Amino acid sequence: MALLQISEPGMSTDPHEHRLAAGIDLGTTNSLVATVRSGVAETLPDGKGRHILPSVVHYGPDGVLVGHDAKRRAALDPLNTIASVKRLMGRGIDDLKTLDGHVPYDFVPGEGGVPRIRTARGEVTPMEVSAEILRALRARAEESLGGELSGAVITVPAYFDDAQRQATKDAAALAGINVFRLLNEPTAAAIAYGLDKGQEGVIAVYDLGGGTFDISILRLSKGVFQVLATGGDSALGGDDFDRAIAEWIMQEAGIAGDTDHGRMRQLMMDACAAKEALTDSDETELRIRMAGDQVWNGCMTCEQMNCLIDPLINKTLASCRRALRDAGVTADEVLEVIMVGGSTRVPRVRERVGAFFGREPHVDIDPDRVVAIGAALQADVLAGNKPDEEMLLLDVIPLSLGIETMGGLVEHIIPRNTTIPVSRAQEFTTFKDGQTAMALHVVQGERDLVDHNRSLARFTLRDIPPMVAGAARIRVTFQVDADGLLNVTAVEQTSGAQAGVEVKPSYGLSDSEIEHMLRDSMSHAHEDMEARRLREQQVEADRVIEALDAALAADGDALLAADEREAIGRARDDLVAVRGDPDPEAIRKAIRAVEKASEGFVARRMDASIRKAMAGHKVEEFQ
Amino acid sequence: MSITLTDNAADRVKSFLAKRGKGVGVRLGVRTTGCSGMAYVIEFADELEEGDTVFEDKGVKVIVNPKSLVYLDGTELDFAREGLNEGFRFNNPNEKDRCGCGESFSV
Repeated sequence: MALLQISEPGMSTDPHEHRLAAGIDLGTTNSLVATVRSGVAETLPDGKGRHILPSVVHYGPDGVLVGHDAKRRAALDPLNTIASVKRLMGRGIDDLKTLDGHVPYDFVPGEGGVPRIRTARGEVTPMEVSAEILRALRARAEESLGGELSGAVITVPAYFDDAQRQATKDAAALAGINVFRLLNEPTAAAIAYGLDKGQEGVIAVYDLGGGTFDISILRLSKGVFQVLATGGDSALGGDDFDRAIAEWIMQEAGIAGDTDHGRMRQLMMDACAAKEALTDSDETELRIRMAGDQVWNGCMTCEQMNCLIDPLINKTLASCRRALRDAGVTADEVLEVIMVGGSTRVPRVRERVGAFFGREPHVDIDPDRVVAIGAALQADVLAGNKPDEEMLLLDVIPLSLGIETMGGLVEHIIPRNTTIPVSRAQEFTTFKDGQTAMALHVVQGERDLVDHNRSLARFTLRDIPPMVAGAARIRVTFQVDADGLLNVTAVEQTSGAQAGVEVKPSYGLSDSEIEHMLRDSMSHAHEDMEARRLREQQVEADRVIEALDAALAADGDALLAADEREAIGRARDDLVAVRGDPDPEAIRKAIRAVEKASEGFVARRMDASIRKAMAGHKVEEFQ
Repeated sequence: MSITLTDNAADRVKSFLAKRGKGVGVRLGVRTTGCSGMAYVIEFADELEEGDTVFEDKGVKVIVNPKSLVYLDGTELDFAREGLNEGFRFNNPNEKDRCGCGESFSV
């Protein structure tokens, strides 16, 4: 019979409707899955009691291996064993050049610039490799929970860009996982420590994993987390410690720098083992297999290792300093420091970080598991297993932000649920010939018509040089900082004319208002679509009339016979007549009729202007 | 009238309650739902309600409301492990029939 977990009071589920949820830490080196059972969040072990799943996938002739089994193949079959694939997520083939020496795989350019890795089982994308890892974690979770997952929270580094976040979501979709949301790793760590229920103040999360470093400065006030600033380095982690140690070993043992993939892998593993050994002893023996079955024996002390990794730790502390500055706080103001990531086990890292912030960092929860545990707690909330949950994370935009366009329509620039800080830009153009100013109206909400959304601010961009309609390039940038403060700037690209405004979009909106606005957008979806179709046709009609009138005024007399001009005029008048009707289809037909009537005129105008442009020039000059 | 816990179940309930940091005990019950009539309910209990019966076994308070008690009298709560899956199980002498999935039962 089914095994039951203890629910929160009043939150029991019906049979077959258990809201099973998991938190997944999809790491560069290792991944974990955690869940909340009977109120306790814990990472789930595999059948052999191992919690960590190495983020390694082996593509062999007889199948795909994931985790420990795959990791064992790394040295023997390096090209078919994909490790640290997180570094490749959302990266284009061009980006890989910067990572080149670090990722020893056979790359082939794929569709849309997505790199593909050549393996014994065919070409695979980074998303497919990640999906294998996620599939293994999902299977473990479902086996442990005795049912199908309703969804999962997957963590990503705080400054993963959109492409990297999307790639992570795509990988989850491939693995058949419903993603409740992506959660920033530092936020997950703070949740795991239960800091949402603790003392108010500034919290620093120092996350040094296998391949990425993140520093996040959060502020907790009244049980709410605000992300003040984030920083870090997406290509710095324990792997780099290993590499520094491996290079030292190579130097000491006299191994050439151009050693093959397999041997390099082995060296990296030896280096990693040495690093781990030095966590709780002052020196460690090294036995390195050399070419021709020889063995090099050496010794490494803690001090030697500290010298090698200090420059890397310095880099992380420089990021910390920058993040503090961005957050506008000093190290003294930081109340709590949380250590995340396996590399924070290195005593030197704890010591330096503790000295930097001037306080003992939190290390109570296993730094490898803390992120997965926080994700599991969040997944449990999102799955609906918690009553009156108040945990609110202020790191997403609650409602879409956009701008009014012609016809009173809204063009969304930043969609809702985008994590902040964020910056998005879009280009707009002028509607009329010789237009020298543009009014910008910033709105918030999900509805299609401006009138149904919340108006945030208006400003005007002036001094646009006079040009024909559609020639000006006005770049409108929406920037939301970690406090939810929105900055909108508009810049005309050719002249550099600029204007801007600052607003606080979430100001004065309660949760219930936000919910109301969202519900409205759903219940009025159909109506909104109809309204949008109509407005779009009306705007198009105006544009056509505007352009036609300008063309007729310029060349109508010279290029058109009286009857032609009359036919065009009739079609134009018909269009003007139906423009006000509420039937988008009728407007569309009238626009088509105008276009059809003026086809000949357009062609003649084109010919005339080409003739004018070419007059007095030789054909050769145009080649 | 009695409801008991196995040692394993008692240890687990105590540890879950301790980690949760609040709660007077565990509430067991039945609900009229599911494919075979009744389904078991196991929840943390933060307060007693009128008419509740409280059993105490191995240091754990088990709380049952009067409606559920007629179906649960004599039940032993166990904590079991099946492969990677683990959780609580009701050994209920009143149970006559179970649906295939084992999540609901009839008396």
